[in-house]
Amino acid sequence: MQLYGALLLLPAAVLLATFAYLPTVATLINSLFVPGFRGQPAEFVGLENYALLINDATFWKVARNNLVYALGTIPASIVLALCMALFVNGRLPGRGLVRMAYFTPTILPMIAAANIWMFFYAPQIGLFNKLLGALGFSGINWLGDPGVALGSVIVMSVWKEAGFFMIFYLAALQGIAPELKEASDLEGTSRWSFFWRVTFPLLMPTTLFVLINALINAVRVVDHLFILTKGGPNNATNLLLYYVYENAFSFFDRTYAATITVVILLVLAVVATLKFAILDRRTHYQ
Amino acid sequence: MTTSSVAATQPAARLRLPSLETFAAWLLAIIWIFPLLYALWAAFHPPAFMVRFELFAPLTLDNFANAWAQAPFARYYLNTFLLVSGVVAAQFVVCTLAGFAFARFPIPGKDILFMLVLIQLFVFPEVLIVENYRIASGLGLVNTITGIGLPYVASAFGIFLLRQTFKTIPRELEDAARIEGCSWTAVLLKVYVPLAKPTYLAYGLVSISHHWNNFLWPLVVTNSVESRPLTVGLGIFSAPETGVNWATVSAATLLSIAPLLVAFLLFQRQFVQSFLRAGIR
Repeated sequence: MQLYGALLLLPAAVLLATFAYLPTVATLINSLFVPGFRGQPAEFVGLENYALLINDATFWKVARNNLVYALGTIPASIVLALCMALFVNGRLPGRGLVRMAYFTPTILPMIAAANIWMFFYAPQIGLFNKLLGALGFSGINWLGDPGVALGSVIVMSVWKEAGFFMIFYLAALQGIAPELKEASDLEGTSRWSFFWRVTFPLLMPTTLFVLINALINAVRVVDHLFILTKGGPNNATNLLLYYVYENAFSFFDRTYAATITVVILLVLAVVATLKFAILDRRTHYQ
Repeated sequence: MTTSSVAATQPAARLRLPSLETFAAWLLAIIWIFPLLYALWAAFHPPAFMVRFELFAPLTLDNFANAWAQAPFARYYLNTFLLVSGVVAAQFVVCTLAGFAFARFPIPGKDILFMLVLIQLFVFPEVLIVENYRIASGLGLVNTITGIGLPYVASAFGIFLLRQTFKTIPRELEDAARIEGCSWTAVLLKVYVPLAKPTYLAYGLVSISHHWNNFLWPLVVTNSVESRPLTVGLGIFSAPETGVNWATVSAATLLSIAPLLVAFLLFQRQFVQSFLRAGIR
C-alpha cells in the first residue's frame, strides 16, 4: 500500500526534482562560483558575486523599478477589481456585457496585449499623442522618456490584471448572506457605511488572496517588456526577472544571472511565508 | 411594512435615468474593451488609415494576408496546438496519480512531501530560466515542444486541486467498488476520475489559456520555427526593429489570439467559473 502510493507519486516527484528543486539548488550553488576560464574548473568565490550585485548600480535601479512596479500595479488593480465586482454584482443594465468587457483582457497573452498598447504609446501616430494633439498639447514619448516609461508599463499591467482579480471579488460578494443587507436596510445604514463596516471586512480573505497573486505576478510576469521597452530607456523599465534574462541570454553571464535569481527566490520565499502564515491558517492544506 | 414599501418603489426605480453608478460601470467597461476594439478596427483597415482615424474607412483583409505571408503562422498554430494538448494531457495523468496518492494513500512523511510540492506554486519554471535551460539542454530538449511543456507537467496547482477533489469523494463509494473486486487502478478510473470531471474541466481551461499565453520560457528554450509557439512567433514578428507596419501587426495579433478569444466568447461562463474554481478552491 505504501509502496503503491510512492509509485503513484514517482512521476511528479521526478519532474519536480528536475525542474524545480535541482535548478533551485544549482542556482544557489552557482551564485557562489565564477566559471573557469578556458576549460578550467569553476572557482569558488563565496559571496563575491553578491558583493558585485551590491555594488551594481543597475541592479539597484532594477530592484527599485520592481518595487515601484509592484506599488503601482497592485493597489490600483485591486481597487479597480473591487469596483468592477461591485458594479457587476448589482442590478446593472447589460451586466453580462460589462462583465465580459472587464474580463476579456485576462484571456489575452501579455505579448498580444503589449502589441495592442504599442498603438497607443507610439510617439508619432499613437492614439494617446493624437488625443493630446487634438486638445492642443504636445505629445509625450510614453515609452521613450525615462520619467514616464515605467508608468506606461504599469498602466498596461493594471488593464491586464484588474479583470482577473474581479472574478474573485465577485464570487466573494455573491457569498455574502443577503440577510446582512436586509438587516442594514432596516437599520437605515447608508450604502457607504455598509460597504466599509460589512462588505469590506468580509472581503478581507479575498483581498489577501488577490494580494499574494499580485505580488507573485509583479516578480514573475515580464513578457510585456519584450515588446514595449526591452527594459529601456537606460533601464528605466527593467525589472528583476528581465534583468536575469538579459544577463543570462544577452550578456551570457550565467553566474550573475544566478545571483539575481537568488534575490527573486528570496522575494518569493517571503511571499510564500506570508501566504502560509496568514492566508492558510484556516487549514486549507489539511 | 418593508416589503410593501419596496414593492411601491420598484416601478419608479425602473423609470429612472441611468444612475451615476451605471454610468461609471459602463464607462469603465468601454475603456477596458476599447484597446481590443481598436486592434480589431486596425486589423481590417488599410495601413493609411492608422494615422487618420475614420470609423467607416474601407474594409480590407490585406493585413491578414500580409501577416500570414510574412511569418509561418500555420506552423506556429500547429506548435501551440501540440504544446497545449500535450501539456494538458500529461498534466492530467501525472497530477491525477499524485493527487490520488496524497488523498488516499498512507505515505510516510506525506505532509512534508505535500509542502514540498506546494513550493512550486511560488517557484515557477520561468523564474529558474537559467538553470532550467541548462537542464533542458542536457536532456536534449532545447528547441523541442516537449522542452517547452515538460517543466510544467508536474503542476503543484493541479496536484493540489485534484487532491482536494478526491478528498471530498465519499469513502463508501470506494469501499463498494473494492467489494465488487475492483483493483486500485479500476477504483481510480471508475470512481474518482469520473466524479472529478468538473475539476478536470476547470483545471483544463485554466491550463489551456496559461500555456497558450505563456511566453518567457518558450522564448528561451526555442530557437527555430519548428518549435516556436504563437506567442513567441508573434513577439519576434512584431518587435519594433522588424519594421512591420501597425496594421499588419494588429492583424497578426488578432490571428494569434483568435482561437482562444472565440472560445472565450462562446464559453464565457465556463471560463470565468474555471478561473474561479481553480483560484478559490
